[in-house]
Amino acid sequence: MKHIKTLAGAALSKSVKKGGCGECQTSCQSACKTSCTVANQKCETKR
Amino acid sequence: MIHKYSLFGANIVIDVNSGAIHVLDDTAYKVLDFVKDRNLLLEDCLSAHPELSREEVLEAFSEIKNLIDENLLFTNDYMEKIAQNYDKDSVIKALCLHICHDCNLRCKYCFANTGDFKGERSMMSFEVGKEAIDFVISESRHRKNIEIDYFGGEPLMNFEVVKKITEYAIEEGKKHNKNFRFTLTTNGLLLNEEKIKYINEYMSNVVLSIDGRPEVNDFMRPTVSGGGTYDLIVEKFKEIAALRNQDNYYVRGTFTRNNLDFYEDVIHLANLGFEQISVEPVVLDRENRFAIKEEDLPKIFENYEKLALEIARRKKEGKGFNFFHFMLDTDGGPCVYKRLSGCGAGHEYVAITPKGEIYPCHQFVGIEEFKLGDVFSKKINKELGDKFRKSNVYTKEECKSCWAKFYCSGGCFANAYNQNGDMDKPYKIGCEMQKKRVECAIAIAAMLA
Repeated sequence: MKHIKTLAGAALSKSVKKGGCGECQTSCQSACKTSCTVANQKCETKR
Repeated sequence: MIHKYSLFGANIVIDVNSGAIHVLDDTAYKVLDFVKDRNLLLEDCLSAHPELSREEVLEAFSEIKNLIDENLLFTNDYMEKIAQNYDKDSVIKALCLHICHDCNLRCKYCFANTGDFKGERSMMSFEVGKEAIDFVISESRHRKNIEIDYFGGEPLMNFEVVKKITEYAIEEGKKHNKNFRFTLTTNGLLLNEEKIKYINEYMSNVVLSIDGRPEVNDFMRPTVSGGGTYDLIVEKFKEIAALRNQDNYYVRGTFTRNNLDFYEDVIHLANLGFEQISVEPVVLDRENRFAIKEEDLPKIFENYEKLALEIARRKKEGKGFNFFHFMLDTDGGPCVYKRLSGCGAGHEYVAITPKGEIYPCHQFVGIEEFKLGDVFSKKINKELGDKFRKSNVYTKEECKSCWAKFYCSGGCFANAYNQNGDMDKPYKIGCEMQKKRVECAIAIAAMLA
C-alpha cells in the first residue's frame, strides 16, 4: 500500500480463536509491583 | 474504536478491538477523519483539505477500505460479549511471599511503611512458608507453572528461610508435577558472594531496587541510620547483571515528584551497562509531598518521549536496553483473556504475610477488609475472591470507553482502591501515564520498523 503501512496485525482477534491456557506469568511477578501493565507480558506458549 | 496520534513524525492508528496497528502518511491520516460508517465523506474532506486532490483522497480511502474489509480497522467490539460469557477457570498459581516484614532501609516513599506494612516487624518462619507452598500446590490444580516471589520488607534479612522454602518447593514440585519459578526483590544491601551465587542458581528473575542517579537514590533510599546506599549496592548489581548475561533481572527504580526528570535516572542506569531497566511512578496518598500530581503530567510525558527517542536511537545502533514499561509485543503478547482480566490479584496471584495471612496482593496487605484467609485453614473468602475474578475492563465504567484497555487491562486494583476507595474505579493519573507509555512504546516500534 502506498499510504498505509501495517505495523502489527490483528493479534487480539487471532488470540480469541486460540483461547487462553492460563500458564502465563502473573503481571506483578516480573518487575512492577506498583502499577499494572499486562500487554508487556509474554505468552507462555511463545517462550 | 480507533485511537490515532502523531508522535516523532509518525501518524499512528490503533484498531483497539483487533489489536492491529497502522502507520499512515499525512494524506491517509487526514482522510481517516472523514470515514463514517465505512463510507467516505468525500466532499467534506476536500473542502476541509483543499491541499489534497480528489485522486489522492480516493486512493487513500481505498487503502483504508481494504483494512476495514480485512477487519483491521474499525473492527466491531466483540470482546464485551467474550468478557460477559467467559467463565474464568482461574486458580491461584502465584504467591508473593512476604518473607520479612522488616527492612534495613527507610525509603521515603515506601508503600509498606518501611517494611512493617503498618503491623509489627516480623519474619516468616519456614513452617508458614511450607504451608504456603502446600497451599499453592493444591490450589493451582491442573496448572503446571507456579511462581513464587520473595518480597518484603527486605527478603535477604531472612535468607535462610528463603533457601529452605525454595528447596522444599522444588522437592514438592517434583512430586506434584509443578514447575516452580522464583523471583526475589532486594535492595541489595545484604548481598554477598554466597547469596549472589544462590540467587543466580535458583531465581529465574531478580529485581534489584535502585532509583538511578546517586543523589536521587540516596535522598529517597537511605539506610536506617540515614546514610546513602548507592555506593553500597551498585557494584553488586552490576555483578549480578553480568553473571546473568544481562537477562532475567531488572534494576528497578521509583520516580516521584522529586525527580520528574527521571529520564536522567533511566539513562544513568543504562550508561552503567544495565540492559533490563524498570523505573516506575510512585503511588502515594495525594497529600504526600512526593506524590505525583496531575500538574506534573506534562513534565512526565516529556521525559517518556525523550526516553522513547533515546531508546530507539540506541537500538538502531545496536546498543539498546529494555525499559519495562515500553516493552510491548505488538504482534502477539498475552492472550485476550489475560488482557480482559488484568493482573490476576485475588484469584491467580495472592500475597502471604509472615503470619500466613492471605491477601489479594502485596499492596492490600494489612487492609483488614481485604483479608482472603490464611494458609493454615486453607479456606479462602470466596465472595471476595470472586469480586476480583469477575472484575474486567468491561465492569469498569472508565475502562469501557478507553482505547488503552487491552494494554493495561484495567490497571492496578490497589491503586484504584487507595486513590478512589473503589477497586473498580481506576487511578486517573496512573491511567494518563499508562496511555502515554503505550503511545511511546508503539512509536518506538514504528521507528524501528
